[in-house]
Amino acid sequence: MDFWRVPLDADTIKVSLGIVHILEDRCKGCGYCIEYCPKQALELSTKFNQKGYHPPVVVKPEECVNCHYCEIICPEFAIFSVESPPITEPGRAGTHPNSAIKVK
Amino acid sequence: MQEIPKPSKKQPCHPLDDLIRTDRIPHIWCPGCGIGTVFSSCLAALKGSGINLGKTVMVSGIGCSGRAAGYVKLDSFHTTHGRAIPFATGLKLANPELNIVVFSGDGDLFAIGGNHFIHAARRNMDMTVICVNNLNYGMTGGQVAATTPYLAKSTTTPVGNPETPFNLPLMAYACGATYVARWTMLHTRDLTDSITEAIGKKGFSFIEALSPCPVNYGRRNKQKPLDMLKVYQKKAIIKNDADPSTLDIDFEKGIILGKFVDVDRPTFIEHYDKIYRPSRLQENVPGLNS
Repeated sequence: MDFWRVPLDADTIKVSLGIVHILEDRCKGCGYCIEYCPKQALELSTKFNQKGYHPPVVVKPEECVNCHYCEIICPEFAIFSVESPPITEPGRAGTHPNSAIKVK
Repeated sequence: MQEIPKPSKKQPCHPLDDLIRTDRIPHIWCPGCGIGTVFSSCLAALKGSGINLGKTVMVSGIGCSGRAAGYVKLDSFHTTHGRAIPFATGLKLANPELNIVVFSGDGDLFAIGGNHFIHAARRNMDMTVICVNNLNYGMTGGQVAATTPYLAKSTTTPVGNPETPFNLPLMAYACGATYVARWTMLHTRDLTDSITEAIGKKGFSFIEALSPCPVNYGRRNKQKPLDMLKVYQKKAIIKNDADPSTLDIDFEKGIILGKFVDVDRPTFIEHYDKIYRPSRLQENVPGLNS
């Protein structure tokens, strides 16, 4: 997310991390999760599911902050995210408090 | 012989899978239809509200939204057209311990079932009514409904709707509902919070959830499903406690969302018990008096 300055309490904020699960065969390709993902972590895939729709695909798995919005807006019960265990790898979004915040 | 552990190929489970009949999923709702979102938000609210789900019943009428009763893994009724509220009233009176959620569409609740809605709200029957308003009769092919906005196109009004639509929150308020709110399917978190609050509230609660109907309404009004969501995003004005008479749906001016009414008044069962079943009041049956 772009901020015009780093928030003063940025070092105390822990950004949660999530893993997105997609139940592809339930998807009907409406694209709501792709459009409304705050991190643009999803994209329409080129492959077809069982019913002939294009399900979403996670293109930026490291960006997911486990906000669950894809899960609650999906009309098909086809996508959800779970909390991912914190990874102590430097530079990865969510591990370093400032890594998820970009200053314009 | 030592058993070789099978590699776990368990498909991940959606958090709401325990409340839906997964063998019936994918459901019949069209791609981009908002009923699924409202339904999922209703299930999340049921789950989050902490009520006894074994004593919860979902009642639906006829129409696209009416299918919800068939997808929920609770006791549920898919009733005759427009009669979801009378069935729910009967359930509640026969067994006052039940939590009743009526999940139906605008055509079912306000066109053919309009009268039942009025009288259930007047009596203050203890139930939660969730109305998915998709602005037309979706299942039968997109005919003009009691909620179709002025000048909107439909199968039966190909050059524009000459009628004035219902202002549903005003009607619910005027009939005596004790909780009235309106959200869109895009405001999912607010909708879920609102449904949770309504389920916990005693008395007649009404929540209108606006939802796109891409195949029948959207196609005739040149709106893609995402366009409709963009309209909800841009035109929504969140104004809690707004005057119900100002809540007409006008996508040009903006649609007012929020919680409009939250009052307390005695329910029908309380009045009924006082007059006809005073013995039950003395027995202190849970859910009967307070």
